[in-house]
Amino acid sequence: MKLTTLAVAAIMAASPVMADLVFPSLSYRTGPYAANGIPFADGYEDYFTLLNERDGGIGGVPTKVIECETGYNTEKGVECYEATKGEGALIYQPLSTGITYQLIPKVTADGIPMHTMGYGRTSAKNGEVFSNVFNYPANYWDGASHAVSHIMSLGDIKGKKIALVYHNSAYGKEPIRTLEELSKKHGFELTLIPVDHPGQEQKSQWLQIRREKPDNVIMYGWGVMNQVAIQEAANIRYPMENFIGIWWSGSENDVLPAGDKANGYKALTFHNLGDDYPLYDDLRKYVLDAGKAAGAGDQLGTALYNRGMYAAMLAAEAAKTAQELSGEKEITPAMMRDGMEALEITEAKMAAIGLPGFGPEFSVSCQNHGGNGLGAVAQWDAAAQEWSLITGYEGSDQDVIQTLINDDSAAFATEAGIEAGCK
Amino acid sequence: MPEQLLFAMEVTLNGLMAGVLYALVALGFVLIFKASGIFNYAQGVMALFAALTLVGIMDGQVPFAHIINAIFGTDLHHFGWHVPALVAIILTVGVMVVFAWLVQRYIFRHLVNQEPIILFMATIGLAYFLEGVGDLMWGSEIKKLDVGLPQGINDWIDVTTFEAMGYGFFIDNLDISATIVAIILVAALICFSQYTKQGRALRAVADDHQAALSVGISLNFIWVLVWSIAGFVALVAGIMWGAKSGVQFSLSLIALKALPVLMLGGFTSIPGAIVGGLIIGVGEKLFEFLIGPMVGGATENWFAYVLALLFLVFRPQGLFGEKIIERV
Amino acid sequence: MFYREAGDFSTSYPEDSQTFPIKFDRYRYYVVLAFAFLVVPFIINDYWANAVFVPFLIYAIAAIGLNILIGYCGQVSLGTGAFMAVGAYAVYKLMTAFPEVSMLIHVPLAGLITAGVVTIFGLPSLRIKGFYLAVATLAAQFFLVWLFNKVPWFYNYSASGQISSPERDVFGIIVTGPNAEAWASYMICLIFVTLAAVIARNLTRGSLGRKWMAIRDMDIAAEIIGVNPMMAKLTAFAVSGFFIGVAGALFFSVYLGAAEVGESFGIEKSFLVLFMVIIGGLGSIFGSFAGAAFMVLLPVFLKNVFVGYLGWPTDLAAHLQFIVSGGLIIVFLILEPHGLAQLWRLAKEKLRLWPFPH
Repeated sequence: MKLTTLAVAAIMAASPVMADLVFPSLSYRTGPYAANGIPFADGYEDYFTLLNERDGGIGGVPTKVIECETGYNTEKGVECYEATKGEGALIYQPLSTGITYQLIPKVTADGIPMHTMGYGRTSAKNGEVFSNVFNYPANYWDGASHAVSHIMSLGDIKGKKIALVYHNSAYGKEPIRTLEELSKKHGFELTLIPVDHPGQEQKSQWLQIRREKPDNVIMYGWGVMNQVAIQEAANIRYPMENFIGIWWSGSENDVLPAGDKANGYKALTFHNLGDDYPLYDDLRKYVLDAGKAAGAGDQLGTALYNRGMYAAMLAAEAAKTAQELSGEKEITPAMMRDGMEALEITEAKMAAIGLPGFGPEFSVSCQNHGGNGLGAVAQWDAAAQEWSLITGYEGSDQDVIQTLINDDSAAFATEAGIEAGCK
Repeated sequence: MPEQLLFAMEVTLNGLMAGVLYALVALGFVLIFKASGIFNYAQGVMALFAALTLVGIMDGQVPFAHIINAIFGTDLHHFGWHVPALVAIILTVGVMVVFAWLVQRYIFRHLVNQEPIILFMATIGLAYFLEGVGDLMWGSEIKKLDVGLPQGINDWIDVTTFEAMGYGFFIDNLDISATIVAIILVAALICFSQYTKQGRALRAVADDHQAALSVGISLNFIWVLVWSIAGFVALVAGIMWGAKSGVQFSLSLIALKALPVLMLGGFTSIPGAIVGGLIIGVGEKLFEFLIGPMVGGATENWFAYVLALLFLVFRPQGLFGEKIIERV
Repeated sequence: MFYREAGDFSTSYPEDSQTFPIKFDRYRYYVVLAFAFLVVPFIINDYWANAVFVPFLIYAIAAIGLNILIGYCGQVSLGTGAFMAVGAYAVYKLMTAFPEVSMLIHVPLAGLITAGVVTIFGLPSLRIKGFYLAVATLAAQFFLVWLFNKVPWFYNYSASGQISSPERDVFGIIVTGPNAEAWASYMICLIFVTLAAVIARNLTRGSLGRKWMAIRDMDIAAEIIGVNPMMAKLTAFAVSGFFIGVAGALFFSVYLGAAEVGESFGIEKSFLVLFMVIIGGLGSIFGSFAGAAFMVLLPVFLKNVFVGYLGWPTDLAAHLQFIVSGGLIIVFLILEPHGLAQLWRLAKEKLRLWPFPH
């Protein structure tokens, strides 16, 4: 034990001095969710590599990505956080709801911002309570609302039956309140169908769907549950175009095992898909062909790679904003936080980056850390093996969601003794 | 017939089918436990490893490509050939036999006569090891497994039952093939253990190690044999489950589905594994159907265990387990 | 030579039967305690507290608890994860219901509640033995996790279903929540672990412990010599449950700060603690510490060597970490099935004789 202690201490002491802009990547390339973690981490890292190779970093300061493997395990997440925060980490993106919840109080105490894009604590949208947590451009409750409005756009929803198939965990239960409110508002009938972790055996659930014949199925699934659900839906010949998954049930991994039968499956998204963007030419030129790609370099253009890259792009833009705001090149986490709060993504900005139309336009403010809640629907084409957007970016029902967010954040503020307000 | 009864019948039938799939996993446990007293927690990971190997061979993947590329800076991924399913299955069985020999030679030969809990822990260590090797060898992405088994609703049953009773039953073609495979597998196992020399030796070892040893049966050989058979059973289970979800890490969690089956059927009985699997399958599906909606659903995971526990309180050695005789 | 007992005479029975009968051992123990209480708190930082010491101390409590059940009483349990969850949710309900009460009261109370729950789930042990019992405790594991997930009362009806530990103090020193200093979280765990070890040590060498061991070695024989198996087994479950509950309470409130039952208290946790007990050594309090240290430090150490020192890609390192941990466990079991505690005993034996081997 003494020996190990010494060795660990020696390694800790040998870590490099901070000079770059540090973006830790708490990734998971192993464990049950590795198939989702790998493309995201690759996209995240590749974007920063591109910035370094092409532009010499952000505003002339090189970036540095410190990768730390969490294996989607909350304890390893804590270890990773503690190990990287001393290196000048500017922003955390844990890509795990469990780790997010642990880090919310910690990052707030340490003054480091955290960005949970499309996951994590939904009520963190209320920046008056969650000063250091951001979840733009969309959250779980927006997702539920997007799904419902998509169904509404295809026909009258009144009296329809909608089933929610969800991972029986805190994550999966997120949309229930929103959907219940929406069902009251629009008059559809909601059936809740939980699937216990890990979700390899879903016969009961899909037999129930076959019996009750809901008009639409919304899915909040994760990991192996997605693949089995899509397969079982195909088995009972559920019409795929009536089956809508949240963005975490909408990657290539989820649909490929079911083969052609997954054709027509829909998933929500808050960024565009595919690799038909000018930025990808740069990525190929500066990163991939130069042999500097993260991981195996074979994930380019997959849904989750795009999401990781989009997350990195938003972080880099926030860093730029922070540099402009503070007038300093080597920003601190506190400046980064301010930069995120002043972030504004416009079509012109995205086009300048080389990603025209890649994501929704939105702006962040102290009251609103969640952007404008815009999202779109994508559909899987099994023959071409690609996702494509079938709608534009549309808003969510803010009347319903904002009330829920205010309630939940107020409850958190009382529990944690936080005084809400803008600094 | 009232609708609810029809639904219950459909659920029961599907429960039986699911039970067969559970039994397939449980079978591997029973074989090893019977012959060597090892409670092999690694059975689930073996299923994953076997399925990964099968897919890897079929697609002509380069094993350990990732680490080779990382060390030598090469860019290897595939050999560029595709192996037919049957050949790949045979090759995979070969890999599992080698694996069985390695396990026997380098682990369990050194642990002869240890307490059961130590052997159990060793298999958990083995499970960790194999998880790491599997990922390193074949990568951790989700792979599509297609050995040509039909999947999806069986139209004939759907139509026939619809005409007869006014409600078409759903039975998955994959489940039907799984049932057939399971029947063949069990029949083959029974024939093997009843009518071949090695099979008789196997039963002798299961009865009494020392007596078997004293009449000249090689324990080493029998143990390698039984681990190989368990490896083969794992491959079959891996194919069946992998066809549903793709081959991925979570496949190793099917071991958890088999444990209540084992409790119920007894650790030492092959018919027990089958009957236990069927009871658990039907029990959990019916409970989810009848009681589930009242308590909020997703009850299957724990109900299987509670059901098995209730059985055990009345029969502590499991349904078909050998009677526990205790002497001071 | 280094380790002598010459001139070390016991003149009374209490002296002879104390935990550390050899003077050198006793002093070493005092030195370790003094170091842990008086030196470490002043040099500890966030990383060392949160990544190494706090989890190590908490797991040590859980391992002591499980060791009482498996190592001393011979009842195999795979429900540790869920039992820790009982402690965590109990302390969460107590913390939010009685915010003004000190954590020093909440944590033992959570332990008591867990003891009650574990005793109920220990009832099948009166009929079921061995691996059947191990698998039966899995029923507790899955049922409790489902229950905590399903009933909103347990997580105070929060929209997220997660529980977060609010800020609480002990004599004015904040020990939970994000503003707790590293030394404060370390100290509260250290206090509980010390108490747990002292209590466990004294219980196991008293009449209760002897009864447990009699049951472990042969329950029918024990019954014949007058040990009541029901009382012995259920007390073992209760005492074990108390420690595991305390560990769960600290794990949630001091270490994690936020938890979701399926993710933090799943079956992996049960196996992890079982590993610690077996690697450390069944039926040994020291072994529980050694096992916890091994299982907590090994991944951190390997990660730092592979990624920090050798600079390998993180995924490669994580896979190798699996292989190395699995391999090491097997090697340990082959070389020394009785765990690290036995290695320690052998080493002591050697040192006593050194430099004369006979």
